[in-house]
Amino acid sequence: MEVRELTCINCPMGCALTVTMDGGSLTVTGNTCPRGEDYAKKEVLSPTRIVTSSVRVNGGTIARVSVKTRTDIPKGKIFDVMKEIRAARVDAPVQMGAVVIADCAGTGVDVIATKSVGRA
Amino acid sequence: MQYHDIVIVGGGPAGLAAAVAARKAGISDILILERDNVLGGILNQCIHNGFGLHTFKEELTGPEYAARYIAQVEEENIPYRLNTIVVDITRNREVTYINREEGLVTIRAGAVILAMGCRERPRGALNTPGYRPAGIYSAGTAQRLMNIEGYLVGKEAVILGSGDIGLIMARRMTLEGAKVKVVAEIMPYSGGLKRNIVQCLDDYGIPLKLSHTVVDIHGKERLTGVTIAEVDENKNPIPGTEEYYSCDTLLLSVGLIPENELSKGAGISLNRVTSGPNVNDRLETEAEGIYACGNVLHVHDLVDFVSQEAALAGENAAEFVKRKASQAEADAAADGEKQKNAETAGERAAADRKRKKTVTAEERAAADGKRKKTVTAEERAAADGEWKKMVTASEAEEDAQPAHTDRRGHANGIPLIAADGVRYTVPQFLETDGMRDSVTVRFRVADVYRDRYISVYYDDQLISRKKKKVLAPGEMEQVVLTKKSLAEYPQTERITIRTEVE
Repeated sequence: MEVRELTCINCPMGCALTVTMDGGSLTVTGNTCPRGEDYAKKEVLSPTRIVTSSVRVNGGTIARVSVKTRTDIPKGKIFDVMKEIRAARVDAPVQMGAVVIADCAGTGVDVIATKSVGRA
Repeated sequence: MQYHDIVIVGGGPAGLAAAVAARKAGISDILILERDNVLGGILNQCIHNGFGLHTFKEELTGPEYAARYIAQVEEENIPYRLNTIVVDITRNREVTYINREEGLVTIRAGAVILAMGCRERPRGALNTPGYRPAGIYSAGTAQRLMNIEGYLVGKEAVILGSGDIGLIMARRMTLEGAKVKVVAEIMPYSGGLKRNIVQCLDDYGIPLKLSHTVVDIHGKERLTGVTIAEVDENKNPIPGTEEYYSCDTLLLSVGLIPENELSKGAGISLNRVTSGPNVNDRLETEAEGIYACGNVLHVHDLVDFVSQEAALAGENAAEFVKRKASQAEADAAADGEKQKNAETAGERAAADRKRKKTVTAEERAAADGKRKKTVTAEERAAADGEWKKMVTASEAEEDAQPAHTDRRGHANGIPLIAADGVRYTVPQFLETDGMRDSVTVRFRVADVYRDRYISVYYDDQLISRKKKKVLAPGEMEQVVLTKKSLAEYPQTERITIRTEVE
């Protein structure tokens, strides 16, 4: 049996949730509404996040172009994704929505530009 | 002097949304003045996601949110000037700006929309002892350095203040390989959104120390560390709780202040709680035809609400310009057209010409009068005094500001009073003449409250109450007042919004 403590993020209430995992069954306590239960289950079973960062631009009007993973990725992959993002370089011009890194860190998710950067 | 129907000061989220709304309301002659070299304002450096859930029903990053509005501005061909800083606005709507191409220029505006945003509270406002070494940044400055200019601001950081920018930067620095040791917050609760505490701190195991503050800054040339101590209920450090953290970077996320130097210069009175102009339900300041929206009016939690508010300011400014024009037209028609058949094309042209003249003659006269006055100190003091009265009105009824005041610019205004845990309201006045069917009143509460009602009173009559499980200063709240309900109480002298226990 494993117990995890979480804070619900669905509303300002910020309920303190306790998730108890016993074999295949999950029980959530501390939630005030069903959204808390859904959140806790997802956080325990398959937590995901969208990662946002920036990538160095060669010859651009600004030094970095902001990027994000197109969809959410497994939380455990955040630092693998960041490693590729930090190593990446793009040449100006960059269009918003352009793929900067395809299939980043084996997640199957592209990293795309979230702004356009013109040539200097 | 060059004239534009609407001049918008600031090309961030508020200015953009105001411009688009004014154009959609039928005003073609709009000019946006922006001091940066791009439109979009602070959103350009807010590269994290979570913007636009209310407006676009999807989660966008800051630059993507800005791009949606910039695209609308481009589509509508709304003119804007970049690298252009406004240095003066007068009460009669003359706007002076500087840029490299034109030099110093003064233009006249049918209406002005203030959308200058806010800036961060600096270290100097905190009275923290210690040297002034390199390595201390406001969180927003660090954000710009990292996200746009491409510098890693430090390797070991402590963050003072748990506002959203501080939380976002804690995650951002961690992702870029820095070690964020602690976030210290002087209040017993965080000023940031729950979601940010979980996803920016908890996700990365960064401790948040509530009721703690920085009491000493170490290092002479470069920051070497800070001392953090717990504070008592009066926010005084408790001796013996000091703890030393070595770090090369201290980020300050200790509040935002609306940037109202231009408003002050125009003699517009500011609200002592919001640090923004006092406005009526049309978001018009005390100065006729000068509107305010976004973070220059009051600091918002979500940009979506900035866009909503700014759109309202844009629509109202458009209405004002159109009303002025039709008034001038009517005046011209009244004194000019005594014979019938005034509708011929030739005469209409004549009327048009006359209208133009009337406008300028009128406005020039008004301008001259006001320029001489430029709002004397006594007037400002009087306005302040009246405001003080309003704030305390709920406590001392005999001090209540009478409704239908002759207060300049806010004639016929019913004051909105914030009481019992509600810190302020925007707008501060409601004008029943020309009131829209519903008016959204935004406010913040003074502390974290559980199980309280938000109640609206017309004088002593309870109009509505809504139970809230939790209220927090970090989240903006709102109530909606309807024209219909106000019509049932035509004698209302003041509207009070308060929290109530029960």
